[in-house]
Amino acid sequence: MKKKIAMYWGAGCGGCDVSLLGVHEKLLDLLSVVDIVFWPCAMDFKYEDLEKMEDGSIDIAFYNGAIRTEENEEMAKLLRKKAKMLVAYGSCAMEGCVIGLANLYGREEIFDAIYLNNETTSDGKVPSHELPEFLPVLKTLDSVVKVDAFIPGCPPPAPVLEEALNALLNGETNFLANVALCDECPRRDSKPDKLEIKKIKRWHAVNDDGRCFLAQGIICMGLATRAGCKAECITANIPCTGCMGGIDGLSGTSTISAIASLIDGEDEEKEKEVIESIQDVIGTFFKYSTAKLLPYGRVKDES
Amino acid sequence: MSFEPKIVAFLCNWCAYAGADLAGVSRLKYPANIVPIRVLCSGRIDPEFILHAFRNGADGVFIGGCHPGDCHYIKGNYHARRRILLTKKLLKEMGINEKRLRLEWVSATEGRKFANVVSQFVEEIRQLGPLEAKK
Repeated sequence: MKKKIAMYWGAGCGGCDVSLLGVHEKLLDLLSVVDIVFWPCAMDFKYEDLEKMEDGSIDIAFYNGAIRTEENEEMAKLLRKKAKMLVAYGSCAMEGCVIGLANLYGREEIFDAIYLNNETTSDGKVPSHELPEFLPVLKTLDSVVKVDAFIPGCPPPAPVLEEALNALLNGETNFLANVALCDECPRRDSKPDKLEIKKIKRWHAVNDDGRCFLAQGIICMGLATRAGCKAECITANIPCTGCMGGIDGLSGTSTISAIASLIDGEDEEKEKEVIESIQDVIGTFFKYSTAKLLPYGRVKDES
Repeated sequence: MSFEPKIVAFLCNWCAYAGADLAGVSRLKYPANIVPIRVLCSGRIDPEFILHAFRNGADGVFIGGCHPGDCHYIKGNYHARRRILLTKKLLKEMGINEKRLRLEWVSATEGRKFANVVSQFVEEIRQLGPLEAKK
């Protein structure tokens, strides 16, 4: 019998929905073994359709996007009830992703920046009526409901997705690689035995010589980020920013730990200078996991 | 009830922990607010440990290591020094006062210094008040 699957988007960009098409012709193989019973982004489904389904009647429900509004939360709970297996699909559902950076600010500040005071808005006003409530913080899927499996990536790269779908359709939930990206990095051979960073440089300001990014002084999260994406970004000459998440825990803290110990400051003053030159620590090391780092929003401890 | 700070102290086995021991055998007084955790080297302390402590109710985190040049593993304390610098930047961006994290060098013979810096740190955290990062 064909498996019933559902795909729903919470607060996301739609990239995850598109990424499902990224497996190209393999999608046809997929469609021969599954029935799509709910996928509002691609087909015409109404929420009532989902409500009418029997509890536990969906085999696998994929949830992409984070939980930003009451509606997202309600749908996550509804899908949990209707599905045997709920899968957090993509970085937003898993770690909060880029939109999780909003947890650095309060609701008022966010509304102000979006609706009132920005370059492209004049006479703005905050929409108020008949909209789902905007939650005070952005949440990840697993902080709202029980999640059975995670597919990382922003959006999940085709090789990861293929492996994940194969495993999930066979009922396996443990399919994530447990090695760092350096393991499959095309630049790994140019990594010196002893890495030393004397100066932190920004990617756009460097004439890339094709060596390991860390050896060039560019922050690359590959050393603490899960492998599996076949180093897509590095292949395109862009350092890893960590969308696949950490191998064990947050990739950000591990990278901070690793990068800091690679810094060769010679003396304390020089060391300080190099570390001070790292701009935007959260945006660099927690680009995809701020919602995990600050699950209750920015800490209020000013004094 | 007055506020009693909770402080997690990561102490390296070879210097700071021995220093704390010496403070004990020398019967020096220092506040009982610290919960010492022995680690083999200050270079073993991952920023994750520090965040974990703050998330789970610590008002301050104290890290004690060997003096520069004295590390039992040659370079561990230098690694710790850089990590703490970067972690402090992270804490600041998270909204946590960076004074809540303190790194001190305490050798095995400096029982008095240990008692002093811990007393100072506890006082400082008492002034800062409880950290509201926990939930």
